[in-house]
Amino acid sequence: MANITFVEASGQSTSVNLADGWNLMQGTIANGIDGILGECGGSCACATCHCYVDESWQDKLPAASESELDMLDNVAAERRPNSRLACQIKATAGLEGLIIHLPATQE
Amino acid sequence: MSASIVIIGAGQAGVQTAEALRAGGFDGSITLLGDEAYGPYHRPPLSKAWLAGEMDSAQLVMRAPEMLARKNIELRTNATVTAINRAAKHVALSDGSTLPYTGLVLATGSTPRRLPLPGGDAQGVFALRSRIDASAIAERMAVCLEKQLPVIVIGGGFIGLEVAATARKKGLSTTVLEAAPRLLGRVLAPVLSDWYADLHRNHGATLVLDARIAAIETDAQNTVTGVRMADGHVYPAGLVVVGIGVAANDQLAQAAGLECDRGIVVDACGRTSDPSVVAAGDCTARRLTDGSLLRLESVQNATEQGKSAAAALLGLEKPFTATPWFWSDQYDKKLQMAGLSMGADQWAVRGDMGGSGDASIAGSFSVYHFKGDKLLAVDSVNASKDHLLARKLLDAGVSPTLAQAGDLGVELAGLLGR
Repeated sequence: MANITFVEASGQSTSVNLADGWNLMQGTIANGIDGILGECGGSCACATCHCYVDESWQDKLPAASESELDMLDNVAAERRPNSRLACQIKATAGLEGLIIHLPATQE
Repeated sequence: MSASIVIIGAGQAGVQTAEALRAGGFDGSITLLGDEAYGPYHRPPLSKAWLAGEMDSAQLVMRAPEMLARKNIELRTNATVTAINRAAKHVALSDGSTLPYTGLVLATGSTPRRLPLPGGDAQGVFALRSRIDASAIAERMAVCLEKQLPVIVIGGGFIGLEVAATARKKGLSTTVLEAAPRLLGRVLAPVLSDWYADLHRNHGATLVLDARIAAIETDAQNTVTGVRMADGHVYPAGLVVVGIGVAANDQLAQAAGLECDRGIVVDACGRTSDPSVVAAGDCTARRLTDGSLLRLESVQNATEQGKSAAAALLGLEKPFTATPWFWSDQYDKKLQMAGLSMGADQWAVRGDMGGSGDASIAGSFSVYHFKGDKLLAVDSVNASKDHLLARKLLDAGVSPTLAQAGDLGVELAGLLGR
């Protein structure tokens, strides 16, 4: 389990405990956090769960797969070096304290 | 009366329409009616990760109740609409109540076709659409594992093949019966149908093409025991999953006198023959500019038509004209399709098709469908970059030549210009 903080584009910040195996897309949606769509249900097929990893965490996450990097080409908001797809990051104890920023748009 | 929009159907299209109405500034009431016991959930994982036991049901949630509440969208579950009264502008619910509307959204989805054969309604024969269907299939798979009973999948389309791949992952003996001479014959090029057949065979599934099924065999309790073929051969089975297509849920619309033709007929903006009524998703048949009707069953179609339908109710025009796209996950292969390949007469393969059976080999490639010189569609396997570029090429109406498409040395992105 990990406690993860999501900061919406409006500035509203919510911290949630995510069980191991849950991905960040599921974590936002199950907790009513705005800013993620996740249209494909977590298949890395739609690029509507774009998020920005807080810079303090950028180098501490497992690297994105080639497929995720390709899909990031298709995100609606600006793609930045810290852009990730939330469905591809799974909660583990190692993510305790992670901070994720959500973009203003996914479409 | 103040503005009130009623949405029939709480799936992908219904939810998208509700949220797009709020995003578009609509401040009247929105009532989202779902006929299932659950709030909105993701259907795509039901045949894949959820069925494989890799995620739990809480992870299927599409929108948490508090998110809908934040957007002032009233969700009613177990709410079945029995009739639409367009003259009075209200819908009737199965509990006897009525609900008035100023705008109505039909997002009623589709229903799997049933097997029109003796024994088609036996215990242990399932289609897959809802969480209840998926739970029943998962329970039956557990029984099959315990008793070492085989699984039969009828229909070599996406749902059937995804279920077959999941069954194989669980170690179940699995046979796919397909009536056509090849898998996914309506959507894929022959070369890719053959590749998928190899993929399944190499993972231990048995494929029977040109399959002629006579009946489902059952025991005295009407529980499935096997599938009998026209030639008399019987494939034993503890579970039969039927994936032979869906029919649009257009009964309410038909009864209300809206134009329907194997789906609720809508224009590119989601408008029906009644200006107060729009429709989105699997239940629709979209009228194209040439007059023909297009039925699509996909997440993208549900979300894009939902946005169009919301705009139409707000008096705006937001036609859905983007290139259709789809995906399917089988084993470790992600198939992503852009465009509609119907009518293609030639194909080019880009990349390396090798290694369909060996999970250790990446096998990343795309098949480009052409009609004459015109690019119609691109099917990509483990090649998301090709897929996304294909969507851009097709949106822009730019066709590479057949030779360019098949030549990895040609950078296709260069054709888009700047």
